[in-house]
Amino acid sequence: MERIYLDSNATTVVDPLVKQAMEPFFCQMYGNPNSLHRFGTETHPYMSIALDRMYTAIGADDEDDIIINGCATEGNNTVLKGVFMDSLVKGEPCHIITSQIEHPSVLKTCQYLEEAHGVEVTYLPVDKAGLVTLETLKAHLIPGKTTLVSIMWANNETGLINPIKELAEYTKEQGVLFHTDAVQALGKIPVSLKEVPADYLTFSAHKFHGPIGAGGLYIRNSVSITPLLHGGEQMGHKRAGTVNVPFMVGMGLAMELATEHLDFLNKEVGRLRDKLEDAILNLPDTMVIGDRKNRTHNTILASFRGIEGEAFLWDLNKNGIAASTGSACSSEDLEADATFQAMDLDNNLSHTGVRFSLSRFTTEEEIDKSIDVINKTVQRLRAISSTYMGEQ
Amino acid sequence: MAKNDLLGGSLWDNYSNKVADRMDHPTYLGLITEAEAEALNARLVIADWGAESCGDAVRLYWAVDKVSDRIVKASFKSFGCGTAIASSDMMVELCIGKTVDEVLEITNLDVEKSLRDDPDTPAVPPQKMHCSVMAYDVIKQAAAIYKGVEKGILDDDEMVCECARVTLKTIQEVIRINDLTTVEEITDYTKAGAFCKSCIRPGGHEQKKYYLVDILKETRAQMDREVEQKKELPFSSRSSFQKMRMIENHFDAEIRPLLHKDGGDVVILDIKDQGESTLVSISYKGACMGCGSALTGTLSFIEQGLKDHVDESIRVSVE
Repeated sequence: MERIYLDSNATTVVDPLVKQAMEPFFCQMYGNPNSLHRFGTETHPYMSIALDRMYTAIGADDEDDIIINGCATEGNNTVLKGVFMDSLVKGEPCHIITSQIEHPSVLKTCQYLEEAHGVEVTYLPVDKAGLVTLETLKAHLIPGKTTLVSIMWANNETGLINPIKELAEYTKEQGVLFHTDAVQALGKIPVSLKEVPADYLTFSAHKFHGPIGAGGLYIRNSVSITPLLHGGEQMGHKRAGTVNVPFMVGMGLAMELATEHLDFLNKEVGRLRDKLEDAILNLPDTMVIGDRKNRTHNTILASFRGIEGEAFLWDLNKNGIAASTGSACSSEDLEADATFQAMDLDNNLSHTGVRFSLSRFTTEEEIDKSIDVINKTVQRLRAISSTYMGEQ
Repeated sequence: MAKNDLLGGSLWDNYSNKVADRMDHPTYLGLITEAEAEALNARLVIADWGAESCGDAVRLYWAVDKVSDRIVKASFKSFGCGTAIASSDMMVELCIGKTVDEVLEITNLDVEKSLRDDPDTPAVPPQKMHCSVMAYDVIKQAAAIYKGVEKGILDDDEMVCECARVTLKTIQEVIRINDLTTVEEITDYTKAGAFCKSCIRPGGHEQKKYYLVDILKETRAQMDREVEQKKELPFSSRSSFQKMRMIENHFDAEIRPLLHKDGGDVVILDIKDQGESTLVSISYKGACMGCGSALTGTLSFIEQGLKDHVDESIRVSVE
C-alpha cells in the first residue's frame, strides 16, 4: 500500500471504465461534432448516449436542458450572473438569497455582484446542526422582490445535507427561481429533479470519478438564462464553445455509474466511514461535526484539540495519506473557512479541523492503516502542542 | 501577474529541508520547570504568544542566569503549522547563550534566514512568513516579562510590514526622499510587501492597520499639499507668526527627532527678520551641548534643512 487517498470531496480518481470509454475520442473519433463531414457526425450517437445517462441520473425531463461546461464553478457563475443580467435587461432590481456556507464559486460571485453591480444579496446563516432551515429562508425571502435563491445541496466541508426539497418547494411556491449547487450531492445521495423542483442545478464530473474539467448545468424547461459565454450555436445557444466530446462521454458514464453505486456508497463506504469516525472519536478530545444521519456517507470533518490542521496533514502526508483541512493556515487566505465561521461551533475548530472524505475505491485496509497513522499523529503533535494540556 | 504566478504551487514544496527537518524533529521541544531553572541558578521565564490572524500559538521557556542575564537554557511548545514549529525551534536556538538584551536584536528575518538551506533561497513561502513573526513576538514578550515591563514598550513603533520589519515612518521617509509613486517602488526600496503581501492593500490573507497603497496615497497627498503651500505665499510675505510656525514645524518633524536619538535637543530662542534674511537663534540642550559638531556639522544640517524645506533666506546662529 503506497498511498491512501482520503480527499474525495476535493476530487476523485477517474473510474477505469470511464477512462476506457473516453479513450476512442482522443485519437480515433476526434472530429468536431459541429462539422458536416463524417468525422464530425460519427460522435453524435455517443454524445446522445452521454446526455441520456445524465438526464436519467438526475431525473431531468426531456424538455429540460443540461448544458455541458467546464466545471461547477462555471455553472454557478452562469446562474448567478445570468439571472442578474436577465434582471438588468428587464430593468428590474436583483435580490439573491444564498447561504453563508456556500462554495467560494457562489459566495465570491455573489460578493462580486454586490460590490461591482449593486446586487442585493442575503447570506442565510445555518442552525446549530449546520443546516439552512426553511424557517430562515421564510424569514428572508420577499415575494415580488427576491429574484433567486441559491442553496447548496450538500456541504463540501462537513458533508451535511440541506433540506433541499422543502427549500426548493417553498421558493417555487413564492414564484422565485431556485438554484442548487449539487456538486457534493450527486453520486452520494439520490438526486432527482422529479422530486426537487429546482430551476437550476450544477454538478461536476470529477467529484464522482469522472474527468476533471467537465461539469453540467441543469436548466428547467421554460426558465431562461443569459449565457456566460457568447459565440457559436453550441448547447442550444446557452453556452458557446466547441463541445468537449471525450469529457462529455466520460461524465455521462461516470454519472450512470455513480447512480448505480449509490447503494454501495451508502452501505459499504458508509461502514468504512463510520469505522474511521468511531476510531477518531475513541481518541480523547476529538469531535466530529454534524450528525451522521444528516451527512453524506463518505465525509468526516474531525477536530483534534490542540493540533493545528496543517501540522496534522503534514504528518499524514509523510505517511502517504491525503486528507484536507479547512485550516486557514494552510491556504493563501488566513481567514477561516466560511463553513467553519458560519457554524460558530468552536473558535478553535477552523484551526484544528481535518476532513477525511472516502470514495467507493477506498478499502478496509486503507482505513485500518489510516487509523493507525492518525493515532500516532495525534500522540506526536499533542506532545508538541502548547495548547493541549491532556485529556479534558 | 506573470507565467510563474498563474499556477499556485504546493506550499510544502517551498519549505527548506531545515524547516521540514525541524518540523519532524524539533530540537528544543519541551518545557523547563522551576526546579530545573533553580538548579541552573537561573530565573524561569514563561511567555505565551499567539498570532490572531492564523490562530497559531507558542509558549517559550527561558532559564536566565541570575547574575549574567544570559539565557542558559530554552525550550518551547507550539500549536501551529510546520513553519510555526520550525520557526519556534530555530528561534529558541538563536536565544540560547545570549543575554536578554542581546536576544531583543533577533528578528523574524534572522529566524527565517537561519532556516534557509542556501543563503539565496527563502526557507518558507511568502505567505508563511507570519509564522516566523510569531517567534519574534514571543521573544519580545519573554523579555518584557523578564524586565517587568509591558511588551508594547519593546515593540517598534507602527510596524506596517511585519515580515520585513518596516515601520510606517520608514515608508513615509522613503516615499518623500526618493519621490516614490508606486507600491512596487516602495517594495524595491524597503522590502515592505515583498513577503506575505498582506500589507499592500486590503483583501489579503491578514487584516492590517496600515496598507502601503494608503500610505503612498496619503504621503503623496501631503507632499502635494506642501508644494502647494509653498507656492501659495512667498516666505518673505508671511506674517511673523506664520514664519515661526513653519520653522517650528520643521524643527519638530525633521531636526529634533534626530537630535533626540543621540540624547540631544535644541530650542528656538528668537526669529527675526534682518533685511532680506530671517535669522533663527537657537540654543542646544542635552548631549548637543559641548558636542564637537554642534557648531559645524549639526549647525550646517539645521540651516541647510531650513533653507531647503522652509526658505532659502534663513540663517541660523547659536547663542
